[in-house]
Amino acid sequence: MSVGTFSLPALPYAYDALEPSISAQIMELHHSKHHQAYVTNLNSALKTYATAIAANDVPSQIALQAAIKFNGGGHINHSLFWENLSPSSSPDADSASAPALTAEIANTWGSLEKFQEAMVKALLGIQGSGWGWLVKDGNALRIVTTKDQDPVVGGEVPIFGIDMWEHAYYLQYLNGKAAYVENIWKVINWKTAEQRFKGDRDDAFKILKASL
Amino acid sequence: MSSSLLRTTPVLRAGLRARAAKPLAAMATTSFTRGKATLPDLPYDYGALEPYISGQIMELHHSKHHQTYVNGFNAAVEALGDAQAKGDSKAAAAQAPLLNFHGGGHVNHSLFWENLAPNGKGGGGEPDGQLLTAIKQDFGSFENFKKQTNTALAGIQGSGWAWLVKDKSSGNLGLVTRANQDPVTGNLEPLLGIDAWEHAYYLQYQNRKAEYFSAIWDVINWGTVAKRFAK
Ligand SMILES: [Fe+2]
Ligand SMILES: [Fe+2]
Repeated sequence: MSVGTFSLPALPYAYDALEPSISAQIMELHHSKHHQAYVTNLNSALKTYATAIAANDVPSQIALQAAIKFNGGGHINHSLFWENLSPSSSPDADSASAPALTAEIANTWGSLEKFQEAMVKALLGIQGSGWGWLVKDGNALRIVTTKDQDPVVGGEVPIFGIDMWEHAYYLQYLNGKAAYVENIWKVINWKTAEQRFKGDRDDAFKILKASL
Repeated sequence: MSSSLLRTTPVLRAGLRARAAKPLAAMATTSFTRGKATLPDLPYDYGALEPYISGQIMELHHSKHHQTYVNGFNAAVEALGDAQAKGDSKAAAAQAPLLNFHGGGHVNHSLFWENLAPNGKGGGGEPDGQLLTAIKQDFGSFENFKKQTNTALAGIQGSGWAWLVKDKSSGNLGLVTRANQDPVTGNLEPLLGIDAWEHAYYLQYQNRKAEYFSAIWDVINWGTVAKRFAK
């Protein structure tokens, strides 16, 4: 059985494009080292998995599932993350670029500010490494947090995600993760968020298929 | 879980004020006079573990991260007491994850500081005596033990810790990992802990965590580990 090989997707902006919210040093390490490691380890796990399938080796297949979930999740999450960020100077970083989504957010939480408050609380409440996501579940919006690299793959459509691993902010914000969370709102790509909100899962995950 | 930690962890007991010598379980059920956990002093200077762990990392790790766990633990204990006073079981149960996370963070870091020491001043080298005999018996050799530990550390998916533990009933040594701040409890006695959270190494090693896992052996305090083993 042959398996596709995933590759690191290019960032849709320069490493320093999200400054001062996220430093170029963080972006470069995060993309070229951390994300690359998930891609490399996913490819390696999938290759071994294909061998195990060909050999009808079920114990090996089961043993590989944690590595596939972790590294596959890392690849999916970071791919979605880069696309849902934008330089603050771009009109995409203005929530006005997401009229349908922000209307539904106001419908659900009362206002964009109230939604952001709820999201910040969820992000700061994560114990250990993980992510916070705004997702569309059926027609309803929800905030979910996921641990480590667990991806949102339960049928919900991820609208945008925020990486709460320490590597996402530590070189710039140290232990001050509340400041990281505050500043990341300035670089959310609302245009991407609107597209994911209006589309379906295939739209949200098309970046992954492109990286095959 | 936290009550048994308070009873079995001398480092944590030392971090409590004298009036708080009562175990948590007793405090929660019989009294609202609660002692507060406090940040223990480091047994060495922030820069003392250089070049293996930078002074900047040690200062942030101790004065900010560990302090946050102490504060979070005290807040959770207080909220638990308030819930108890009101007979609000739901609010009490809601504190369980916070007690585990912040209490575990306090316990783990307290053990961690004590099982590190400046290189050449208690840190680094190899264990000896009965501890070395036990390591050889249970891991084949000291080198093999280090290799297995580094493999366990590298395999942690997310934040967590690796621990050399002693099984209290059999006396055997083993290696375990714990997610996030989950403390080592129950039948296992923690002897040596290594913090694998990114905050423990990122400012110095960035994504090169294998270099941190390799360097930390130069500042392991085998005297502390031997004392915990002999207990
Ligand atoms: Fe990340
Ligand atoms: Fe730590």
